[in-house]
Amino acid sequence: MKILVAVKRVIDYNVQIRVKEDNSGIVTDNVKMSTNPPDDNAIEEAVRIKESGKAKEIVAITIGEDKAQETVRKALAVGADRGIHVKTEGIVEPLAVSKILKAIVEKEKPDLVFMGKQAIDDDCNQTGQMLAALLNWPQATFASKIEVKDKSLEVTREVDEGLETIEVKIPAIVTCDLRLNEPRYASLPNIMKAKKKPLDQMSATDLGVDTKPRIEQIKVEEPPKRKAGIKVANVAELVNKLKNEAKVI
Amino acid sequence: MTKEVMEYDVVIVGGGPSGLSSAIKLKQLNPEINVCVLEKASEIGAHILSGNVFETRALDELIPNWKELENPIKTKVTKEKFLFLGKNKSISWPTWLLPKVQQNHNNYIISLANLCRWLAEQAEKLGVEIFPGFPASEILYDNDGSVKGVATQDMGIDKDGNKKDSFESGIELHAKVTIFAEGCRGHLGKQLINKFELDKGKNPQQYGIGLKEIWEIDEKHHEEGLVMHTAGWPLDNNTYGGSFMYHAENKQIFLGYVIGLDYKNPHLSPFDEFQRFKTHPSIKKYIKGGKRISYGARALIEGGIQSLPKMYMPGALLIGCDAGTLNMPKIKGSHTAMKSGMIAAETIVEHFRDNKSLSIYEEKFNKSWVHKELHQARNVKPSFNWGLILGIIFTGIDQILFRGKLPFTLKHKHADHEALMPAEKMPKIDYPKPDNIITFDKTSSVYLTGTNHTDNQPVHLHLKDPELPIKYNLEKYDEAAQRYCPAGVYEVQMENNINKFVINSQNCIHCKTCDIKEPSQNINWVTPEGGGGPKYGNM
Amino acid sequence: MSVLLIAEHSNKELKPFTLNVINAATKIDEDVHVLIMGHNSDPVAKSLSEVSGVKKVIHVDNLIYENYVAENYVPVILKYADKYSHIVSAANTFGKNLMPRVAAKLDISQVSDIIKVISSDTFLRPIYAGNAFATVKSNDPKKCVTVRPTSFEPAPSSGGSAEIEKGDTGEEYSSTKFVKKEEIKSDRPELGTARIVISGGRGLQSGDNFKLITAVADKLNAAIGASRAAVDAGYITNDHQVGQTGKVVVPDLYIAVGISGAIQHLAGMKESKVIVAINKDGEAPIFSIADYGLEADLFEALPQFLEELNKLNTIQK
Repeated sequence: MKILVAVKRVIDYNVQIRVKEDNSGIVTDNVKMSTNPPDDNAIEEAVRIKESGKAKEIVAITIGEDKAQETVRKALAVGADRGIHVKTEGIVEPLAVSKILKAIVEKEKPDLVFMGKQAIDDDCNQTGQMLAALLNWPQATFASKIEVKDKSLEVTREVDEGLETIEVKIPAIVTCDLRLNEPRYASLPNIMKAKKKPLDQMSATDLGVDTKPRIEQIKVEEPPKRKAGIKVANVAELVNKLKNEAKVI
Repeated sequence: MTKEVMEYDVVIVGGGPSGLSSAIKLKQLNPEINVCVLEKASEIGAHILSGNVFETRALDELIPNWKELENPIKTKVTKEKFLFLGKNKSISWPTWLLPKVQQNHNNYIISLANLCRWLAEQAEKLGVEIFPGFPASEILYDNDGSVKGVATQDMGIDKDGNKKDSFESGIELHAKVTIFAEGCRGHLGKQLINKFELDKGKNPQQYGIGLKEIWEIDEKHHEEGLVMHTAGWPLDNNTYGGSFMYHAENKQIFLGYVIGLDYKNPHLSPFDEFQRFKTHPSIKKYIKGGKRISYGARALIEGGIQSLPKMYMPGALLIGCDAGTLNMPKIKGSHTAMKSGMIAAETIVEHFRDNKSLSIYEEKFNKSWVHKELHQARNVKPSFNWGLILGIIFTGIDQILFRGKLPFTLKHKHADHEALMPAEKMPKIDYPKPDNIITFDKTSSVYLTGTNHTDNQPVHLHLKDPELPIKYNLEKYDEAAQRYCPAGVYEVQMENNINKFVINSQNCIHCKTCDIKEPSQNINWVTPEGGGGPKYGNM
Repeated sequence: MSVLLIAEHSNKELKPFTLNVINAATKIDEDVHVLIMGHNSDPVAKSLSEVSGVKKVIHVDNLIYENYVAENYVPVILKYADKYSHIVSAANTFGKNLMPRVAAKLDISQVSDIIKVISSDTFLRPIYAGNAFATVKSNDPKKCVTVRPTSFEPAPSSGGSAEIEKGDTGEEYSSTKFVKKEEIKSDRPELGTARIVISGGRGLQSGDNFKLITAVADKLNAAIGASRAAVDAGYITNDHQVGQTGKVVVPDLYIAVGISGAIQHLAGMKESKVIVAINKDGEAPIFSIADYGLEADLFEALPQFLEELNKLNTIQK
């Protein structure tokens, strides 16, 4: 079995993002970037499946500018065998990403495609489902447990009401939740080895995918600041306000 | 379990200006030498914080064609100001009356973090292997007592010391020579200085804490290339310190405050002094209507040549501010740190090639311009022990009339941790409440540093005596840690009517102030899990 | 122009969030049609037809829709998609799972998780976990949109009288099978979805004192949260942590007790509809964002709060 894992380079989750002064977007210069957190879970799961003997090869793919390669290198350092970097410029919407991934799937013919459930930058939560649609493959989103069976996966999904279990036939797309596993650290020797693993580069144009955005980003702003309300004198007044003014209890 | 071993010719601990310059120079002198750089931050530059007005002397020597390359050194100093601040007033000091070392035309306003990122790129092009996210946590010694390398931290240990699922053992890096370039108060450098008695016969090291914010300000107040320093308010005559304001590119200013850690009043809070300083009319007028976009703090070396330890020992060299090469009157340490690293590289190449002892480092260093600079500067900082006014008068005589050539050397008499006076004997300081426009509280400031340490790992701030903060420090010094820490790591909390000392180690921004200032040297800063700590951008 | 909205339900009743999404849809266009796929789901179709603002209900009832499987829903939606300018659902795990599969089949770039309708093609949506708001305009001929339910009031569940049209079953997708669903049977709602959250900070002074929080939470059927400081101090486990590295919560009511309001914590709860702060330090930053601030010792205030709540005849749950 072969697993393709898609990883995205995003602003590190610890960095407080800053809106550009001209409201055209978010400042990304000199900002620490990292792998999108649930994508780390996706890689980890693929590596665990390989370690259990159920998969033979893991291919990590990223889409973006040159520096996005760091994300693939990190995936290679924790156990992916090979990397692909599809070079693009500017914003690439999930629809275009899923078209690129589709083209790669057609070339690589993986049995499974894993990725994080959502990127922490645009918060779209679309790519996995879109790729599943384009390939007409089953989709198991928000996976918090994956059991690999003979020709299928049993996937436990984190849904609003609790947990849901579905069975999807292979080939399938899985999007991973943070609760799926605890990603391992890349060891120093493995980082060294990762530098020598193959990393193919191509562009979206090579794959015949138009990445022109369909959605115009008109402006990006800081969320409005919340203003202080009132101070109440005592508990009775508080309960009265909550009951009769705010009507929340 | 034995750790995996990797062998290098040279292992460099720390990816700052000295370590990276050393790596580059080594490869330039002999491309065959294999060199790796370990960096505790998640990426090069993420733990770098500095003013910074940059003198290019060392860089001119290291990469003579740097101007032809794409580089992050953009803003030339065009104008200088020096102000003495009173509470509401300020007096401008003519720049021609400033000591030569404080004149900055020919220098550049830069982000040292960005310069380090750039140096790292140059180093990697030459074949240096750089590993961010891997703190060196332990020094390894050979049977003969010489340094044989370092071990990296184990990853994935829970707070009780058990291995988590994600446990990944650290490894041993063995090297013919290990270079320690951790910056001011490196936690391995500290051990080496003790073990090899590198500071024997030297004055106690002197430190300061530097706090810095980056502001994006209104175009009409921004003068790219302007360098401004102040002394005076809000500090009293007996506390050593002052501010900087550098007008960088993109409408940004680098605004900072440095306070000598030999301050006496345990009620003093460097963070709050800095916040208060910004309310001075001469400062406020620049930042009004602007936006603070970054915050950070870092301890720095102020001891100069009197306190500079021996920089070589069997199997290792100690460079940059891990030893203490900063030139305090010049308010610059990057060029001297770089040069000390380049000398280290030359030393090692001769050591390998001609089997010369590492002790040649000292001869080379003493012959270099770094030594000359530090020698000339040596009397400035200690003269401020007499207070700001006498210090300035003396410095004028020493630096302007005699150019640092007076035939005596003033001593640093005490270590900084010995300086605190009992709380009851010192005046309390009433700091104004933050307005969240010009002045801020610690937590919202720390948020801007992006600092984080993975949950559930051992606390990396070790107390030698866990009882001491409450039993001794609280009574005697009103536990000054609550105030000298610029990140709100230390708090005293009342719990069920019992005082408890709380260490919010997640907040730590790796400035090392606590390790320096704690009166009984009770706090030992050790490396947390790799990648932890601040995520500075263009600091 | 008209909107096709995909309803979420349990075959017996409508999921309440659908009402919020209906309200959002009416802001895009008045002509809102709701598509419901289920099994033995007549009661849901009926209740939908009564919702104010709904013009038409399309009801597809078949065993294959007994459980929600996006792969089965999509062919039905695609059959109707032609007639609509917008296809809308909730931005919860139901809609997030479903809508992109629809959008990709239609070659549409989806607009996720909108919090405001600016015009029929322009929306406001949070990015970077709500740390920035983006105004986006979709240039696709048709729009696929998911709506953050908590950003819109629910549409009144009565007052409408829409016709119910029976729709045809779509093709069954054989590669995905529903196995089971385990609703988390906790006496307490989940932190991420609770309508009310009450959180404790270091002001609680011990893990044991969290029982004061628990007592109020029981009464209000609220989830229990905590500040990082309280978690670090070991008062409570870190799955309760609200803020930067913990959860982001957006309940109707957030009660912060003994929490000073470190900015990391504020980032995790500042979008809550109503915020109450109880703290004895009148200068605590939490008061700067609280709708109702009570400056009091929590050890006195919490028991009184419970007592006052007990006096009320009814408490919304």
